[in-house]
Amino acid sequence: MIEVRLFATLREGRGKVMMLPAESFKNAGEIIAYLDIPPEEVSILLINGFHNKPESEVKDGDIVALFPPVGGG
Amino acid sequence: MDERYLRNLPALSEKECAILREKHVAVIGCGGLGGFIIELLARVGVGHIKCVDGDVFEKSNLNRQLLSNMSVLGSIKAQAAVERVAVVNPDVKAAAVCEFLTEKNAAAIIEGYDAVFDALDNIDARRTLAKACAEVEVPYIYGAVGGWVAQAAVSMPGDGLVEMLYPEGTEVKNKSVLSFTPAFCAAMQASLGVKLLAGRKVETGKIYYFDLLNQEFETIAMI
Repeated sequence: MIEVRLFATLREGRGKVMMLPAESFKNAGEIIAYLDIPPEEVSILLINGFHNKPESEVKDGDIVALFPPVGGG
Repeated sequence: MDERYLRNLPALSEKECAILREKHVAVIGCGGLGGFIIELLARVGVGHIKCVDGDVFEKSNLNRQLLSNMSVLGSIKAQAAVERVAVVNPDVKAAAVCEFLTEKNAAAIIEGYDAVFDALDNIDARRTLAKACAEVEVPYIYGAVGGWVAQAAVSMPGDGLVEMLYPEGTEVKNKSVLSFTPAFCAAMQASLGVKLLAGRKVETGKIYYFDLLNQEFETIAMI
């Protein structure tokens, strides 16, 4: 399983933490698409605590964390 | 030691207070983040503060911008910042630049400064500022807010942190900002900046993320 943690507004309508079957996803971008998150709404993508890109591979036991962009002042 | 700085001690040493008084910083934006950052830097005793903003106060600023009040609506923000510094701490030299940051003026505004504080309200201007900081080699104290969320970081020239945070096409949906979110973020930025200016060790390339709705705090190593 892959643990997906969502932060801030990405939780709205989706929840905070979810477990997804690892065999269903090749990379982080597929998880983002499955969760119906527009790509431009992800600013920080972490896999096991390290910054990654949507094309980065995911595997069983990974923790994926997604943060939306914050840009106001 | 000037009596006004007695309560800086011993959290800061006398030597560090003296160092801060010699430092030159630029605060880019005098709105939500900038108002608080300028207040905090002036009170702790950072000696020279350039306040940069081409905007004027409007009513919708009143929910969060420290420098705004009913009597200054329509007034120039950068000028209000300088006037605030003068009444809070005349020991600090503040200068107003009443212009928006652009590709054309960015490097000239920040060149030679010891640090730049990001108090901007949009992604394009942040990219412009980060590019200028890389060009003239000035540390960038990043901060951004949205709703209940704040994030801050220290970005060293050319490390690419801002570009990583805002890839092309990035879109910010949440345009709201509550009163306490910029106050919190500004406190983080000011503390990071003071450490950097005083010569203490500062972690760079790490995002400090704060969700004030759920009381969640994360440190994210981006680089």
